[in-house]
Amino acid sequence: MQKLSINAWLLGGAVILSMAPVLIYQGKEFKATDSINITAIEEVNPGYKPWFEPVIKPSGGEVETFLFATQAAIGSGVVCYILGLYKGRTERRKADEAVAIIKDRN
Amino acid sequence: MTNKYWSKKFATLLAMIGLSSYLVIGSPTPAHAMHIAEGYLPVQWAIFWWVLAIPFFLLGLRSIDRITKAHPELKMLLALAGAFTFVLSALKIPSVNGSSSHPTGTGLGTILFGPLAMSVMGGLVLLFQAILLAHGGLTTLGANAFSMAIVGPMVAYVVYNAIAKTGYQKTAVFLASMLEDLCTYLVTAIQLALAFPAAQGGFMAAFIKFVGVFAVTQIPLAISEGLLTLLVWNWLQDYGQQELKILGLFQEKNNLDAETIN
Repeated sequence: MQKLSINAWLLGGAVILSMAPVLIYQGKEFKATDSINITAIEEVNPGYKPWFEPVIKPSGGEVETFLFATQAAIGSGVVCYILGLYKGRTERRKADEAVAIIKDRN
Repeated sequence: MTNKYWSKKFATLLAMIGLSSYLVIGSPTPAHAMHIAEGYLPVQWAIFWWVLAIPFFLLGLRSIDRITKAHPELKMLLALAGAFTFVLSALKIPSVNGSSSHPTGTGLGTILFGPLAMSVMGGLVLLFQAILLAHGGLTTLGANAFSMAIVGPMVAYVVYNAIAKTGYQKTAVFLASMLEDLCTYLVTAIQLALAFPAAQGGFMAAFIKFVGVFAVTQIPLAISEGLLTLLVWNWLQDYGQQELKILGLFQEKNNLDAETIN
């Protein structure tokens, strides 16, 4: 139980850190830093033209969001699958050990 | 006993400083950095970073090969480390100053498998994003891999090992992944400043410009990354003891931070 609460705090902290800015600056658009980066490059070096284009450009914000969400979904799927497997394995071993102890006593 | 008392005091103090600076710094100004966009590095620099990154990638492949040959049972954990980077770099998290950026998630894998293994993992994530998401780029892949998949993990490795020695393993995990995140973006700023020195003031002026507000964006994200890495670490301590023991990373419950943090 103690352990669970620590993890809940960790998760809560991450949620607060990412949600607080959204609540503080409601309605304001959060610009991605790489696009601001480009603006900064153009300020420092106004004549610069990118010499290579992305191979595949996501068609608009919706498609890009979909692709990012897919990436996150795949990643968290794998992470949770493996953690779940580990958890099941550990619990099974604990149960086996408990059975062994009871058998020893008898 | 006194040791424990003081670390608690210190933790509270840190939390207060953190919270107040979070609120003070949180003024809405745009920020710089994250990965360098496609075509936005001059050709010679693009090649330079590619050449610098490739040896690390190859060493990383060898390192992964060795790990999986010596301990095939660790493949699952390796997949977990890779997937963790995959999730975290997909999360564009809004930050205090009204811009958004994403964590990198290479800290966990570095602590588990060492920095070289992560040069491959991080490189693959960047490749995926460059090709399919037009995020980062192929020409800038060398530079982005150098910051996220090479320097970041190196920093995490050094920080973790320096602190873990003292027995505070969880603190080490948190700080390693947090500083790894910050340094990744610091290197990006250096790379941009090198490629685009300001007309007046040269490298330093440009560096200050690029690093300027990005650091602010990245600080809360770095803390988030530290928290999430520690979360997964805690689960691994509970359920992945077998693997952590193979890697020599499992510390018994009576370690120092088990008292202060748990």
